[in-house]
Amino acid sequence: MKKDIILAGVGGQGILTIATIIGDAATHAGLNLKQAEVHGMSQRGGDVQSNLRLSTDLIHSDLIKQGAADLIISMEPMEALRYLPYLNKEGWVVTSSHPFKNIPNYPEEESLMQEVNALPQVAALPIEDVAKENNLPKSANVVLLGMAAKYIEILTPEQLRESIARVFAAKGEKIVEANQQAFDLGLNAVK
Amino acid sequence: MIERKLLLGDEAIALGAVHAGISGVYAYPGTPSTEITEYIQGHAPEVRSRWCTNEKTAMEAALGMAYAGKRALVCMKHVGMNVAADAFVNSAITGVNGGLVVLAADDPSMHSSQNEQDSRFYGKFAMIPILEPSTQQEAYDMMKYAYALSEEKKLPVLLRVVTRLAHSRAGVVVNDQMPQNVLNPETDRTHWVLLPANARRQYASLVGKQPELLASSETSPYNGLTTHNSQLTTHKLGVIACGIAYNYVMENDPHTLGIPVLKVSQYPLPEASIKALAAQCESLLIAEDGQPLVEEQVKSILGADYNLKGRLTGDLPRMGELTPDSVGAALGVNIEQPYANAQNVMPRPPALCQGCGHRDVYDALNKVAAEYENARIFGDIGCYTLGALPPFRAIDSCVDMGASITMAKGAADAGVFPSIAVIGDSTFTHSGMTGLLDAINDNANITVVISDNLTTAMTGGQDSAGTNKFEAICLGLGLDPEHVRVVVPLPKNMEEITRIIREEIEYKGVSVIIPRRECMQTLQRKLRNKKK
Repeated sequence: MKKDIILAGVGGQGILTIATIIGDAATHAGLNLKQAEVHGMSQRGGDVQSNLRLSTDLIHSDLIKQGAADLIISMEPMEALRYLPYLNKEGWVVTSSHPFKNIPNYPEEESLMQEVNALPQVAALPIEDVAKENNLPKSANVVLLGMAAKYIEILTPEQLRESIARVFAAKGEKIVEANQQAFDLGLNAVK
Repeated sequence: MIERKLLLGDEAIALGAVHAGISGVYAYPGTPSTEITEYIQGHAPEVRSRWCTNEKTAMEAALGMAYAGKRALVCMKHVGMNVAADAFVNSAITGVNGGLVVLAADDPSMHSSQNEQDSRFYGKFAMIPILEPSTQQEAYDMMKYAYALSEEKKLPVLLRVVTRLAHSRAGVVVNDQMPQNVLNPETDRTHWVLLPANARRQYASLVGKQPELLASSETSPYNGLTTHNSQLTTHKLGVIACGIAYNYVMENDPHTLGIPVLKVSQYPLPEASIKALAAQCESLLIAEDGQPLVEEQVKSILGADYNLKGRLTGDLPRMGELTPDSVGAALGVNIEQPYANAQNVMPRPPALCQGCGHRDVYDALNKVAAEYENARIFGDIGCYTLGALPPFRAIDSCVDMGASITMAKGAADAGVFPSIAVIGDSTFTHSGMTGLLDAINDNANITVVISDNLTTAMTGGQDSAGTNKFEAICLGLGLDPEHVRVVVPLPKNMEEITRIIREEIEYKGVSVIIPRRECMQTLQRKLRNKKK
């Protein structure tokens, strides 16, 4: 079994934290993993993505082939669309519906969301709002991970929950609880 | 103790070097090599490590440590090899005493660079062994191998990686740490004093070692043929897969296609293995990330009539990094792509952070430059290169570390006025100081802005070599104290800053303006750490 995931967003939105949690869970589960990240200049408010590959078998390439990704997890709706050519036929898109507009020619919001919502398998939520309403303003990325959890399949939501505890352990019990709460919010929001 | 760790390629190299018993790591930060030195600094306090002023000083310090009999690592991005080249090439002539590994991290597709030069050319040029790992595990394992090879052949070894390996994580099985070498300085001066008479002897010795290096490649554990169709005696297509390109080849399952693959991760090229593969195949695809170095060499090994495919023939793209898709296409694998490009997607280029002092510097420079008909602003390498993009569009050039000052001088010599240089603090100490001395000695009519954010920001906030020393450096180089001006780049100071820029442009000679305010990223990190 394998799962090829593209994590997308804008530099600074916290996609590497999502990758760290999934990576920790995969390592504990004894899965093979490769995760290509973006460091350096493009992190400064530009588009960023990470190719995350999980498998019970040997993984060769650090990069996912076009048309081969099982899942796109995106902190931003336009960034979700950027990687569509990588999605396979049965693939899911799990994305924030909240645009991050730091460019003057950002697409018209209505037609952008129309294109997102027209995808056959998509889950979109305003995760920043969900996080804020629940007093978890810094955990929007973990809400998104919760939304994606049931589509990751090769790992169970419970395994991911345990990794949240490990990854945030150094920051204290309160932060762990807040992030697990954020995770559950996302998990329960997706039917 | 054997354990499995999740490591970036850079971290695997770092831990491999520590476990190989290095005594020092020397480096100037540069994407995608930075994390190697950072990891060693964070995990191996017994290893000597402080960021160097530039790649040349790093290379020389590492050579000095190898001279003294200990193992040293020097790390840089590919363009850093240009800066270190004098020391690098001559280190092959002196040879080494303790093991020396030179790590060059190339950036095909120029994710964070101004070119995609291939460091393997430097290794070939210097006539030393080159190692090119295909996986994070190999990167770790190769470090012990590289140091043993370096000490056996008494030569530096070049380890070349690309961005995709440097910045990709995978599980790596790690082993025990070897002890460091004891102090054992070289006693034979004739190896190290490269007067022509000695240098000729040393060069002859280097040339004499080449057959040994070739033999080492032919039997290297990192090179070899894999095939699942051994009953076949001829194949339509075979592949030579170098470094990370091996992964892209294997991702396309060549063995089910009946395609034999020769993996190459150690150079000089294993000629005998290549000839043996060529004899079984009607054609060969050369898959290599970077420039077509192997393809050119194989052409001369096999002759012009042999049917070679690669970047030069258009079977693979001539530029940019390889992908499993481009390699798949060259192997004849069709991709299924259910989704085309989306309609509502726009490019999102990186930008200077909100609140960044460089923003205020460019606001001020743009205001003053607009008052002149032919102002030119020569930029340099760093976050502030983003001043080229909207909304600032402030700089007219960005070429190499330090070029802002010397290009401004040359342009001023030619008659450009005002001729302004913008350079960051770390870039200034890297390669700007010598150019400033030229300008001062020639009384060039230029205005130099050293935009000081107290760190090497673009690579993540490493220490900057000149912090707290810039005024002293400028005065020491002979600048008139009246024309070394320090300002705080904040919107509320805009009037003062623009006035000072105007005054110094109107001064006929070299002036330096230092806008100084801490990088927003390092400031926020400090505040976060304080809270904890």
